[in-house]
Amino acid sequence: MTPPPTPPLLTLEHLYWLVGAMFAAFALLSLFDRTSKKAWGNAAFWGLMAASLIGGSYFGDFVNGLIVLGLVGLAGLGFTGRSQPKTTSRAERKAFADLRGNWLFMPALIVPLVVLVGTLAFYLTPFGEMNLFTPRRETYFFLAAGVLVALLVAQVWLRPPLLAPLQEGRRLIDAIGWAAVLPQLLLAMGKVFDKAGVSGLIQEGTLAMLPPGNLFLAVLVFALGMAMFTIITGNAFAAFPVMASAIAIPLLINTYHGDPAVIGAIGMLAGFCGTLMTPLAANFNIVPVRLLELQDPNAVVKAQFATALPMFAVNVALIYFLAFRA
Amino acid sequence: MSHYLPLLGILILLLGFALKLNPMLVATAAVLASGLLGGMGLQQVISEFGKAFNENRIIAVVWIILPVIALLERYGLQERAKGLIANLKNATVGKLLVVYLLYRQLTAAIGLQNTAGHAQTVNPIVAPMALVAAEKQHGALEPPTVEKVKAMAAATDNVGLFFGEDIFFAIGSIVVIQQALAAHQIELSPVQLSLWAIPTAVAAFIIHSTRLVLFDRQLRKAAAR
Repeated sequence: MTPPPTPPLLTLEHLYWLVGAMFAAFALLSLFDRTSKKAWGNAAFWGLMAASLIGGSYFGDFVNGLIVLGLVGLAGLGFTGRSQPKTTSRAERKAFADLRGNWLFMPALIVPLVVLVGTLAFYLTPFGEMNLFTPRRETYFFLAAGVLVALLVAQVWLRPPLLAPLQEGRRLIDAIGWAAVLPQLLLAMGKVFDKAGVSGLIQEGTLAMLPPGNLFLAVLVFALGMAMFTIITGNAFAAFPVMASAIAIPLLINTYHGDPAVIGAIGMLAGFCGTLMTPLAANFNIVPVRLLELQDPNAVVKAQFATALPMFAVNVALIYFLAFRA
Repeated sequence: MSHYLPLLGILILLLGFALKLNPMLVATAAVLASGLLGGMGLQQVISEFGKAFNENRIIAVVWIILPVIALLERYGLQERAKGLIANLKNATVGKLLVVYLLYRQLTAAIGLQNTAGHAQTVNPIVAPMALVAAEKQHGALEPPTVEKVKAMAAATDNVGLFFGEDIFFAIGSIVVIQQALAAHQIELSPVQLSLWAIPTAVAAFIIHSTRLVLFDRQLRKAAAR
Protein backbone atom coordinates (compact mmCIF):
# COMPACT_ATOMS: atom_id res chain seq x y z
CA MET A 1 0.00 0.00 0.00
CA THR A 2 1.29 3.44 -0.88
CA PRO A 3 1.09 6.02 1.90
CA PRO A 4 -1.46 8.79 1.30
CA PRO A 5 0.16 11.80 -0.45
CA THR A 6 1.11 14.62 1.91
CA PRO A 7 -1.25 17.57 1.51
CA PRO A 8 0.25 20.65 -0.13
CA LEU A 9 1.53 23.48 2.05
CA LEU A 10 -1.35 25.74 0.99
CA THR A 11 -4.74 24.23 0.19
CA LEU A 12 -7.96 25.75 -1.11
CA GLU A 13 -9.09 25.88 2.52
CA HIS A 14 -6.45 28.57 3.21
CA LEU A 15 -7.65 30.58 0.23
CA TYR A 16 -11.24 30.33 1.50
CA TRP A 17 -10.10 31.67 4.89
CA LEU A 18 -8.41 34.65 3.24
CA VAL A 19 -11.42 35.49 1.07
CA GLY A 20 -13.75 34.76 4.01
CA ALA A 21 -11.80 37.25 6.13
CA MET A 22 -12.34 39.86 3.42
CA PHE A 23 -16.10 39.23 3.40
CA ALA A 24 -16.13 39.30 7.22
CA ALA A 25 -14.49 42.73 7.09
CA PHE A 26 -17.12 43.91 4.58
CA ALA A 27 -19.81 42.69 7.01
CA LEU A 28 -18.24 44.39 10.04
CA LEU A 29 -17.76 47.69 8.22
CA SER A 30 -21.41 47.52 7.11
CA LEU A 31 -22.47 47.26 10.75
CA PHE A 32 -20.81 50.61 11.48
CA ASP A 33 -22.26 52.22 8.38
CA ARG A 34 -24.74 54.89 9.51
CA THR A 35 -25.46 56.23 6.02
CA SER A 36 -26.95 53.18 4.26
CA LYS A 37 -30.49 52.01 4.88
CA LYS A 38 -29.48 48.51 3.84
CA ALA A 39 -26.47 48.38 6.18
CA TRP A 40 -27.86 45.60 8.38
CA GLY A 41 -28.96 43.47 5.43
CA ASN A 42 -25.57 43.91 3.76
CA ALA A 43 -23.82 43.01 7.02
CA ALA A 44 -25.89 39.83 7.38
CA PHE A 45 -25.42 38.87 3.72
CA TRP A 46 -21.62 39.25 3.59
CA GLY A 47 -21.41 37.79 7.11
CA LEU A 48 -23.09 34.61 5.86
CA MET A 49 -20.68 34.49 2.89
CA ALA A 50 -17.78 34.83 5.33
CA ALA A 51 -19.22 32.03 7.49
CA SER A 52 -19.60 29.78 4.44
CA LEU A 53 -16.03 30.40 3.27
CA ILE A 54 -14.38 30.09 6.67
CA GLY A 55 -16.53 27.40 8.27
CA GLY A 56 -18.12 25.57 5.34
CA SER A 57 -15.86 22.54 5.73
CA TYR A 58 -16.84 22.09 9.37
CA PHE A 59 -20.56 22.89 9.50
CA GLY A 60 -22.08 19.85 7.83
CA ASP A 61 -24.35 19.83 4.79
CA PHE A 62 -27.59 20.88 6.49
CA VAL A 63 -26.10 23.97 8.15
CA ASN A 64 -24.48 24.91 4.84
CA GLY A 65 -27.92 24.55 3.28
CA LEU A 66 -29.40 26.88 5.89
CA ILE A 67 -26.66 29.42 5.11
CA VAL A 68 -27.67 29.28 1.45
CA LEU A 69 -31.33 29.78 2.36
CA GLY A 70 -30.31 32.76 4.52
CA LEU A 71 -28.41 34.33 1.60
CA VAL A 72 -31.37 33.74 -0.70
CA GLY A 73 -33.85 35.21 1.81
CA LEU A 74 -31.79 38.35 2.41
CA ALA A 75 -31.21 38.97 -1.29
CA GLY A 76 -34.60 37.84 -2.55
CA LEU A 77 -36.58 39.97 -0.11
CA GLY A 78 -34.59 43.12 -0.87
CA PHE A 79 -32.57 43.50 2.33
CA THR A 80 -29.29 44.18 0.49
CA GLY A 81 -28.30 47.18 -1.60
CA ARG A 82 -25.75 49.80 -2.58
CA SER A 83 -23.70 51.60 0.07
CA GLN A 84 -21.74 54.86 0.01
CA PRO A 85 -18.64 54.49 2.18
CA LYS A 86 -16.70 57.75 2.44
CA THR A 87 -14.47 58.09 -0.59
CA THR A 88 -12.74 60.78 -2.63
CA SER A 89 -14.67 63.35 -4.68
CA ARG A 90 -14.54 63.52 -8.45
CA ALA A 91 -12.34 66.63 -8.33
CA GLU A 92 -9.92 64.99 -5.90
CA ARG A 93 -9.69 61.95 -8.16
CA LYS A 94 -8.95 64.10 -11.18
CA ALA A 95 -6.21 65.89 -9.24
CA PHE A 96 -4.71 62.59 -8.04
CA ALA A 97 -4.81 61.18 -11.57
CA ASP A 98 -3.03 64.22 -13.02
CA LEU A 99 -0.43 64.01 -10.28
CA ARG A 100 0.34 60.27 -10.56
CA GLY A 101 -0.14 59.85 -14.31
CA ASN A 102 0.08 56.39 -15.87
CA TRP A 103 1.79 55.00 -12.79
CA LEU A 104 -1.73 54.51 -11.45
CA PHE A 105 -2.04 51.47 -13.73
CA MET A 106 1.04 49.89 -12.21
CA PRO A 107 -0.52 48.27 -9.11
CA ALA A 108 -3.35 46.93 -11.28
CA LEU A 109 -0.77 45.39 -13.63
CA ILE A 110 1.13 43.77 -10.76
CA VAL A 111 -1.68 41.23 -10.41
CA PRO A 112 -1.51 39.73 -13.94
CA LEU A 113 2.28 39.95 -13.82
CA VAL A 114 2.46 37.87 -10.63
CA VAL A 115 -0.01 35.34 -12.08
CA LEU A 116 1.99 35.09 -15.32
CA VAL A 117 5.44 34.83 -13.75
CA GLY A 118 4.14 32.47 -11.07
CA THR A 119 2.47 30.17 -13.58
CA LEU A 120 5.54 30.10 -15.84
CA ALA A 121 7.81 29.32 -12.89
CA PHE A 122 5.35 26.69 -11.75
CA TYR A 123 5.49 24.79 -15.04
CA LEU A 124 9.08 25.46 -16.11
CA THR A 125 11.09 25.20 -12.89
CA PRO A 126 11.29 22.78 -9.93
CA PHE A 127 9.08 25.29 -8.07
CA GLY A 128 6.09 23.35 -9.41
CA GLU A 129 7.18 20.12 -7.77
CA MET A 130 7.51 21.50 -4.25
CA ASN A 131 3.93 20.55 -3.36
CA LEU A 132 3.05 24.12 -2.38
CA PHE A 133 -0.49 24.41 -3.72
CA THR A 134 -3.53 22.28 -4.43
CA PRO A 135 -2.81 20.73 -7.88
CA ARG A 136 -4.42 22.36 -10.96
CA ARG A 137 -5.62 25.29 -8.86
CA GLU A 138 -2.28 27.14 -8.70
CA THR A 139 -3.70 30.12 -10.68
CA TYR A 140 -5.94 31.07 -7.76
CA PHE A 141 -3.00 31.12 -5.36
CA PHE A 142 -0.99 33.34 -7.69
CA LEU A 143 -4.03 35.59 -8.05
CA ALA A 144 -4.28 35.99 -4.27
CA ALA A 145 -0.51 36.56 -4.03
CA GLY A 146 -0.67 39.18 -6.78
CA VAL A 147 -3.48 40.98 -4.97
CA LEU A 148 -1.53 41.04 -1.70
CA VAL A 149 1.61 42.38 -3.41
CA ALA A 150 -0.40 45.03 -5.28
CA LEU A 151 -2.13 46.12 -2.07
CA LEU A 152 1.18 46.40 -0.27
CA VAL A 153 2.68 48.50 -3.09
CA ALA A 154 -0.40 50.73 -3.20
CA GLN A 155 -0.36 51.14 0.55
CA VAL A 156 3.28 52.21 0.64
CA TRP A 157 3.03 54.43 -2.45
CA LEU A 158 -0.37 56.11 -2.01
CA ARG A 159 -0.58 56.07 1.80
CA PRO A 160 -4.37 55.64 1.98
CA PRO A 161 -6.14 55.32 5.35
CA LEU A 162 -5.55 51.79 6.65
CA LEU A 163 -9.14 50.66 6.13
CA ALA A 164 -9.46 52.26 2.67
CA PRO A 165 -8.95 49.05 0.61
CA LEU A 166 -11.72 47.31 2.54
CA GLN A 167 -14.10 50.30 2.59
CA GLU A 168 -13.60 50.86 -1.14
CA GLY A 169 -13.92 47.12 -1.77
CA ARG A 170 -17.21 47.21 0.13
CA ARG A 171 -18.41 50.00 -2.15
CA LEU A 172 -17.81 47.71 -5.16
CA ILE A 173 -19.18 44.49 -3.64
CA ASP A 174 -22.37 46.27 -2.50
CA ALA A 175 -22.77 47.64 -6.03
CA ILE A 176 -22.53 44.07 -7.34
CA GLY A 177 -24.71 42.66 -4.56
CA TRP A 178 -26.24 39.17 -4.79
CA ALA A 179 -25.06 38.85 -8.40
CA ALA A 180 -21.68 37.99 -6.84
CA VAL A 181 -23.17 34.84 -5.31
CA LEU A 182 -25.65 33.72 -7.99
CA PRO A 183 -23.22 31.67 -10.15
CA GLN A 184 -22.22 29.54 -7.18
CA LEU A 185 -25.90 29.05 -6.35
CA LEU A 186 -26.74 28.03 -9.93
CA LEU A 187 -23.98 25.43 -10.03
CA ALA A 188 -25.39 24.00 -6.80
CA MET A 189 -28.83 24.00 -8.41
CA GLY A 190 -27.49 21.97 -11.33
CA LYS A 191 -26.15 19.33 -8.94
CA VAL A 192 -29.47 19.00 -7.10
CA PHE A 193 -31.29 18.76 -10.45
CA ASP A 194 -28.97 15.92 -11.35
CA LYS A 195 -29.68 14.10 -8.07
CA ALA A 196 -33.42 14.59 -8.57
CA GLY A 197 -33.20 12.85 -11.96
CA VAL A 198 -33.77 15.89 -14.17
CA SER A 199 -30.79 15.12 -16.45
CA GLY A 200 -31.98 11.58 -17.09
CA LEU A 201 -35.40 12.86 -18.10
CA ILE A 202 -33.90 15.34 -20.56
CA GLN A 203 -31.85 12.55 -22.11
CA GLU A 204 -34.95 10.38 -22.47
CA GLY A 205 -36.87 13.21 -24.12
CA THR A 206 -34.20 14.24 -26.64
CA LEU A 207 -33.38 10.70 -27.75
CA ALA A 208 -37.08 10.00 -28.31
CA MET A 209 -37.45 13.11 -30.47
CA LEU A 210 -34.46 12.64 -32.80
CA PRO A 211 -35.01 10.78 -36.08
CA PRO A 212 -32.23 8.19 -36.65
CA GLY A 213 -29.66 8.58 -39.41
CA ASN A 214 -29.54 12.36 -39.62
CA LEU A 215 -26.05 13.44 -38.57
CA PHE A 216 -26.54 17.17 -39.08
CA LEU A 217 -29.73 17.17 -37.01
CA ALA A 218 -27.95 15.29 -34.20
CA VAL A 219 -25.14 17.89 -34.18
CA LEU A 220 -27.67 20.71 -34.22
CA VAL A 221 -29.71 19.25 -31.34
CA PHE A 222 -26.55 18.72 -29.27
CA ALA A 223 -25.40 22.31 -29.78
CA LEU A 224 -28.92 23.65 -29.29
CA GLY A 225 -29.28 21.59 -26.12
CA MET A 226 -26.01 23.04 -24.81
CA ALA A 227 -27.14 26.61 -25.54
CA MET A 228 -30.72 26.19 -24.27
CA PHE A 229 -29.78 24.35 -21.08
CA THR A 230 -27.17 27.05 -20.45
CA ILE A 231 -29.76 29.77 -20.95
CA ILE A 232 -32.18 28.30 -18.39
CA THR A 233 -29.55 27.32 -15.82
CA GLY A 234 -27.22 30.27 -16.41
CA ASN A 235 -24.21 27.99 -16.60
CA ALA A 236 -22.58 26.04 -19.43
CA PHE A 237 -20.69 23.86 -16.93
CA ALA A 238 -24.00 22.47 -15.66
CA ALA A 239 -25.19 21.86 -19.21
CA PHE A 240 -22.19 19.93 -20.50
CA PRO A 241 -22.37 16.71 -18.45
CA VAL A 242 -26.11 16.44 -19.21
CA MET A 243 -25.79 17.01 -22.95
CA ALA A 244 -22.65 14.86 -23.20
CA SER A 245 -24.36 11.79 -21.77
CA ALA A 246 -27.70 12.54 -23.43
CA ILE A 247 -26.57 13.18 -27.03
CA ALA A 248 -22.83 13.57 -27.60
CA ILE A 249 -21.71 10.16 -26.36
CA PRO A 250 -24.54 7.83 -27.46
CA LEU A 251 -25.10 9.50 -30.83
CA LEU A 252 -22.24 11.69 -32.04
CA ILE A 253 -19.39 9.58 -30.69
CA ASN A 254 -20.66 6.00 -30.46
CA THR A 255 -23.04 5.91 -33.44
CA TYR A 256 -21.45 8.41 -35.86
CA HIS A 257 -17.83 7.96 -34.66
CA GLY A 258 -17.13 11.68 -34.24
CA ASP A 259 -13.87 12.95 -32.72
CA PRO A 260 -14.60 13.38 -28.99
CA ALA A 261 -12.02 16.18 -28.61
CA VAL A 262 -13.74 18.34 -31.26
CA ILE A 263 -17.24 17.55 -29.99
CA GLY A 264 -16.30 18.24 -26.36
CA ALA A 265 -14.32 21.43 -26.91
CA ILE A 266 -16.62 23.07 -29.45
CA GLY A 267 -19.78 21.77 -27.76
CA MET A 268 -18.79 23.68 -24.64
CA LEU A 269 -18.25 26.81 -26.76
CA ALA A 270 -21.76 26.38 -28.21
CA GLY A 271 -22.93 26.47 -24.61
CA PHE A 272 -21.01 29.74 -24.09
CA CYS A 273 -23.18 31.26 -26.84
CA GLY A 274 -26.09 30.54 -24.49
CA THR A 275 -24.21 32.23 -21.63
CA LEU A 276 -24.04 35.40 -23.75
CA MET A 277 -27.84 35.35 -24.04
CA THR A 278 -29.01 34.75 -20.45
CA PRO A 279 -29.40 37.24 -17.58
CA LEU A 280 -28.93 34.27 -15.22
CA ALA A 281 -25.21 34.29 -16.04
CA ALA A 282 -24.90 36.98 -13.39
CA ASN A 283 -21.10 37.26 -13.30
CA PHE A 284 -21.02 38.24 -16.94
CA ASN A 285 -24.35 39.86 -17.67
CA ILE A 286 -25.64 41.36 -14.39
CA VAL A 287 -22.44 42.38 -12.59
CA PRO A 288 -21.49 44.86 -15.37
CA VAL A 289 -25.06 46.26 -15.38
CA ARG A 290 -24.66 47.03 -11.68
CA LEU A 291 -21.11 48.36 -11.90
CA LEU A 292 -21.73 50.53 -14.95
CA GLU A 293 -25.10 51.67 -13.54
CA LEU A 294 -27.04 50.76 -16.68
CA GLN A 295 -30.80 51.47 -16.75
CA ASP A 296 -31.84 48.35 -18.65
CA PRO A 297 -30.98 45.18 -16.65
CA ASN A 298 -30.69 43.28 -19.95
CA ALA A 299 -28.53 45.87 -21.72
CA VAL A 300 -25.45 43.63 -21.86
CA VAL A 301 -27.38 40.57 -23.03
CA LYS A 302 -28.97 42.66 -25.78
CA ALA A 303 -25.57 43.97 -26.89
CA GLN A 304 -24.35 40.35 -27.17
CA PHE A 305 -27.18 38.80 -29.19
CA ALA A 306 -25.82 39.75 -32.59
CA THR A 307 -22.47 38.13 -31.73
CA ALA A 308 -23.92 35.08 -30.00
CA LEU A 309 -26.22 33.97 -32.83
CA PRO A 310 -23.60 33.87 -35.64
CA MET A 311 -21.12 32.32 -33.18
CA PHE A 312 -23.64 29.58 -32.51
CA ALA A 313 -23.97 28.87 -36.22
CA VAL A 314 -20.16 28.83 -36.54
CA ASN A 315 -19.85 26.30 -33.73
CA VAL A 316 -22.49 23.99 -35.25
CA ALA A 317 -20.68 24.14 -38.59
CA LEU A 318 -17.28 23.55 -36.96
CA ILE A 319 -18.49 20.44 -35.14
CA TYR A 320 -20.18 19.12 -38.28
CA PHE A 321 -17.16 19.63 -40.54
CA LEU A 322 -14.27 19.00 -38.11
CA ALA A 323 -15.49 16.12 -35.96
CA PHE A 324 -16.41 13.74 -38.78
CA ARG A 325 -13.37 14.16 -41.03
CA ALA A 326 -12.42 10.47 -41.18
CA MET B 1 -46.36 10.14 -15.95
CA SER B 2 -45.40 10.99 -12.38
CA HIS B 3 -41.71 10.32 -13.02
CA TYR B 4 -41.65 13.50 -15.13
CA LEU B 5 -42.56 15.62 -12.09
CA PRO B 6 -38.96 16.76 -11.26
CA LEU B 7 -39.02 18.67 -14.57
CA LEU B 8 -41.32 21.12 -12.80
CA GLY B 9 -38.09 22.74 -11.51
CA ILE B 10 -37.19 23.71 -15.09
CA LEU B 11 -40.70 25.09 -15.59
CA ILE B 12 -40.33 27.23 -12.46
CA LEU B 13 -37.02 28.58 -13.82
CA LEU B 14 -38.63 29.54 -17.12
CA LEU B 15 -41.62 31.10 -15.38
CA GLY B 16 -39.51 33.06 -12.90
CA PHE B 17 -37.34 34.17 -15.79
CA ALA B 18 -40.39 35.42 -17.72
CA LEU B 19 -41.83 37.23 -14.69
CA LYS B 20 -38.43 38.82 -13.90
CA LEU B 21 -38.45 37.63 -10.30
CA ASN B 22 -35.22 37.64 -8.26
CA PRO B 23 -33.09 34.81 -9.74
CA MET B 24 -31.83 33.75 -6.28
CA LEU B 25 -35.43 33.09 -5.19
CA VAL B 26 -36.40 31.45 -8.48
CA ALA B 27 -33.42 29.08 -8.47
CA THR B 28 -34.09 28.07 -4.87
CA ALA B 29 -37.79 27.46 -5.58
CA ALA B 30 -36.76 25.32 -8.57
CA VAL B 31 -34.33 23.32 -6.42
CA LEU B 32 -36.95 22.68 -3.72
CA ALA B 33 -39.59 21.67 -6.28
CA SER B 34 -37.31 19.31 -8.24
CA GLY B 35 -35.81 17.79 -5.12
CA LEU B 36 -39.09 17.18 -3.32
CA LEU B 37 -40.81 15.84 -6.46
CA GLY B 38 -37.75 13.70 -7.19
CA GLY B 39 -38.37 11.87 -3.92
CA MET B 40 -36.07 13.68 -1.46
CA GLY B 41 -37.23 14.93 1.95
CA LEU B 42 -37.05 18.65 2.75
CA GLN B 43 -34.03 18.25 5.00
CA GLN B 44 -32.25 16.17 2.37
CA VAL B 45 -32.87 18.76 -0.37
CA ILE B 46 -31.50 21.54 1.85
CA SER B 47 -28.48 19.40 2.70
CA GLU B 48 -27.77 18.53 -0.95
CA PHE B 49 -28.11 22.21 -1.88
CA GLY B 50 -25.76 23.27 0.93
CA LYS B 51 -23.24 20.56 0.06
CA ALA B 52 -23.11 21.54 -3.62
CA PHE B 53 -22.87 25.26 -2.77
CA ASN B 54 -20.01 24.51 -0.38
CA GLU B 55 -18.13 22.45 -2.98
CA ASN B 56 -18.19 25.40 -5.39
CA ARG B 57 -16.69 28.01 -3.07
CA ILE B 58 -13.75 28.45 -5.44
CA ILE B 59 -16.03 30.73 -7.48
CA ALA B 60 -16.03 33.29 -4.65
CA VAL B 61 -12.23 33.49 -4.63
CA VAL B 62 -11.96 35.81 -7.65
CA TRP B 63 -13.62 38.64 -5.68
CA ILE B 64 -10.33 39.00 -3.80
CA ILE B 65 -9.36 41.44 -6.57
CA LEU B 66 -11.95 44.04 -5.46
CA PRO B 67 -9.95 45.90 -2.77
CA VAL B 68 -7.02 46.60 -5.14
CA ILE B 69 -9.17 47.93 -7.97
CA ALA B 70 -11.47 49.85 -5.64
CA LEU B 71 -8.50 51.46 -3.92
CA LEU B 72 -7.02 52.57 -7.24
CA GLU B 73 -10.40 54.00 -8.21
CA ARG B 74 -10.18 56.13 -5.07
CA TYR B 75 -6.98 57.62 -6.48
CA GLY B 76 -8.35 58.33 -9.94
CA LEU B 77 -7.84 55.14 -11.99
CA GLN B 78 -10.98 55.87 -14.07
CA GLU B 79 -9.98 59.51 -14.55
CA ARG B 80 -6.47 58.49 -15.68
CA ALA B 81 -7.90 55.97 -18.17
CA LYS B 82 -10.06 58.73 -19.65
CA GLY B 83 -7.04 61.04 -19.90
CA LEU B 84 -5.10 58.39 -21.79
CA ILE B 85 -7.72 58.17 -24.54
CA ALA B 86 -8.30 61.93 -24.65
CA ASN B 87 -4.68 62.27 -25.85
CA LEU B 88 -5.06 59.82 -28.72
CA LYS B 89 -6.02 61.54 -31.96
CA ASN B 90 -7.72 58.81 -33.98
CA ALA B 91 -9.28 56.73 -31.23
CA THR B 92 -12.82 55.52 -31.88
CA VAL B 93 -15.04 53.34 -29.69
CA GLY B 94 -14.85 50.56 -32.25
CA LYS B 95 -11.06 50.61 -32.68
CA LEU B 96 -10.54 50.81 -28.92
CA LEU B 97 -12.81 47.82 -28.29
CA VAL B 98 -11.23 45.76 -31.09
CA VAL B 99 -7.86 46.23 -29.38
CA TYR B 100 -9.40 45.29 -26.03
CA LEU B 101 -11.10 42.24 -27.57
CA LEU B 102 -7.75 41.00 -28.85
CA TYR B 103 -6.06 41.75 -25.52
CA ARG B 104 -8.80 39.89 -23.62
CA GLN B 105 -8.66 36.85 -25.91
CA LEU B 106 -4.88 36.61 -25.84
CA THR B 107 -4.52 37.08 -22.07
CA ALA B 108 -7.33 34.60 -21.38
CA ALA B 109 -5.65 32.13 -23.75
CA ILE B 110 -2.49 32.16 -21.59
CA GLY B 111 -4.36 31.74 -18.32
CA LEU B 112 -4.74 35.35 -17.20
CA GLN B 113 -8.54 35.25 -17.41
CA ASN B 114 -9.07 36.49 -13.85
CA THR B 115 -6.84 39.53 -14.22
CA ALA B 116 -9.30 41.36 -16.47
CA GLY B 117 -13.09 41.54 -16.21
CA HIS B 118 -15.98 43.80 -15.35
CA ALA B 119 -14.71 44.89 -11.94
CA GLN B 120 -11.02 44.66 -12.89
CA THR B 121 -10.88 46.42 -16.26
CA VAL B 122 -14.27 47.21 -17.86
CA ASN B 123 -15.70 49.47 -15.17
CA PRO B 124 -12.53 51.31 -14.13
CA ILE B 125 -10.71 51.47 -17.48
CA VAL B 126 -12.35 50.30 -20.71
CA ALA B 127 -15.86 51.78 -20.37
CA PRO B 128 -14.61 55.26 -19.34
CA MET B 129 -12.13 55.18 -22.23
CA ALA B 130 -14.85 54.14 -24.67
CA LEU B 131 -17.07 57.01 -23.50
CA VAL B 132 -14.29 59.56 -23.94
CA ALA B 133 -13.55 58.21 -27.41
CA ALA B 134 -17.23 58.52 -28.32
CA GLU B 135 -17.43 62.06 -26.94
CA LYS B 136 -14.33 63.11 -28.85
CA GLN B 137 -15.89 61.94 -32.08
CA HIS B 138 -19.47 62.95 -31.61
CA GLY B 139 -19.60 65.60 -28.88
CA ALA B 140 -21.85 65.28 -25.83
CA LEU B 141 -23.69 61.95 -25.80
CA GLU B 142 -27.39 61.30 -25.24
CA PRO B 143 -28.09 58.99 -22.26
CA PRO B 144 -29.24 56.07 -24.50
CA THR B 145 -25.93 56.31 -26.41
CA VAL B 146 -23.95 56.32 -23.16
CA GLU B 147 -25.82 53.17 -22.15
CA LYS B 148 -25.11 51.51 -25.53
CA VAL B 149 -21.38 52.29 -25.40
CA LYS B 150 -21.04 50.97 -21.86
CA ALA B 151 -23.01 47.80 -22.68
CA MET B 152 -20.85 47.19 -25.75
CA ALA B 153 -17.69 47.53 -23.63
CA ALA B 154 -19.04 44.88 -21.22
CA ALA B 155 -20.15 42.64 -24.10
CA THR B 156 -16.69 42.83 -25.67
CA ASP B 157 -15.12 41.65 -22.43
CA ASN B 158 -17.45 38.64 -22.29
CA VAL B 159 -16.89 37.67 -25.92
CA GLY B 160 -13.12 37.96 -25.50
CA LEU B 161 -13.14 35.88 -22.34
CA PHE B 162 -15.49 33.12 -23.50
CA PHE B 163 -13.78 32.58 -26.83
CA GLY B 164 -10.25 32.90 -25.50
CA GLU B 165 -10.12 31.10 -22.17
CA ASP B 166 -10.59 27.55 -23.47
CA ILE B 167 -7.34 27.79 -25.42
CA PHE B 168 -5.66 27.68 -22.02
CA PHE B 169 -5.66 24.03 -21.01
CA ALA B 170 -5.68 24.44 -17.23
CA ILE B 171 -9.10 26.00 -16.90
CA GLY B 172 -12.40 25.01 -15.32
CA SER B 173 -14.38 24.36 -18.48
CA ILE B 174 -11.67 22.09 -19.91
CA VAL B 175 -11.73 20.11 -16.65
CA VAL B 176 -15.53 19.83 -16.88
CA ILE B 177 -15.30 18.45 -20.45
CA GLN B 178 -12.52 16.07 -19.51
CA GLN B 179 -14.37 14.76 -16.45
CA ALA B 180 -17.70 14.37 -18.25
CA LEU B 181 -16.11 12.36 -21.08
CA ALA B 182 -13.91 10.33 -18.72
CA ALA B 183 -17.09 9.17 -16.96
CA HIS B 184 -17.81 7.34 -20.24
CA GLN B 185 -14.27 5.92 -20.60
CA ILE B 186 -13.19 8.53 -23.15
CA GLU B 187 -9.79 9.76 -21.97
CA LEU B 188 -8.54 13.03 -23.48
CA SER B 189 -5.69 15.27 -22.46
CA PRO B 190 -6.48 18.91 -21.70
CA VAL B 191 -4.21 20.05 -24.54
CA GLN B 192 -6.14 17.98 -27.12
CA LEU B 193 -9.29 19.79 -26.03
CA SER B 194 -7.84 23.27 -25.82
CA LEU B 195 -6.40 23.10 -29.38
CA TRP B 196 -9.93 22.72 -30.78
CA ALA B 197 -10.96 25.96 -29.11
CA ILE B 198 -8.76 27.91 -31.56
CA PRO B 199 -11.04 27.88 -34.68
CA THR B 200 -13.94 29.28 -32.66
CA ALA B 201 -11.67 31.92 -31.11
CA VAL B 202 -10.61 33.15 -34.55
CA ALA B 203 -14.24 33.24 -35.73
CA ALA B 204 -15.26 35.18 -32.60
CA PHE B 205 -12.59 37.81 -33.26
CA ILE B 206 -13.72 38.26 -36.85
CA ILE B 207 -17.44 38.40 -36.06
CA HIS B 208 -17.26 40.67 -33.03
CA SER B 209 -14.66 43.01 -34.61
CA THR B 210 -16.96 43.42 -37.60
CA ARG B 211 -19.77 44.35 -35.24
CA LEU B 212 -17.53 46.88 -33.49
CA VAL B 213 -16.62 48.55 -36.78
CA LEU B 214 -20.33 48.70 -37.64
CA PHE B 215 -20.98 50.10 -34.16
CA ASP B 216 -18.70 53.04 -34.97
CA ARG B 217 -20.68 53.67 -38.11
CA GLN B 218 -23.94 53.49 -36.18
CA LEU B 219 -22.69 56.08 -33.69
CA ARG B 220 -21.66 58.36 -36.53
CA LYS B 221 -25.13 58.14 -38.05
CA ALA B 222 -26.79 58.80 -34.70
CA ALA B 223 -24.59 61.86 -34.19
CA ALA B 224 -25.34 63.21 -37.68
CA ARG B 225 -29.04 63.11 -36.98
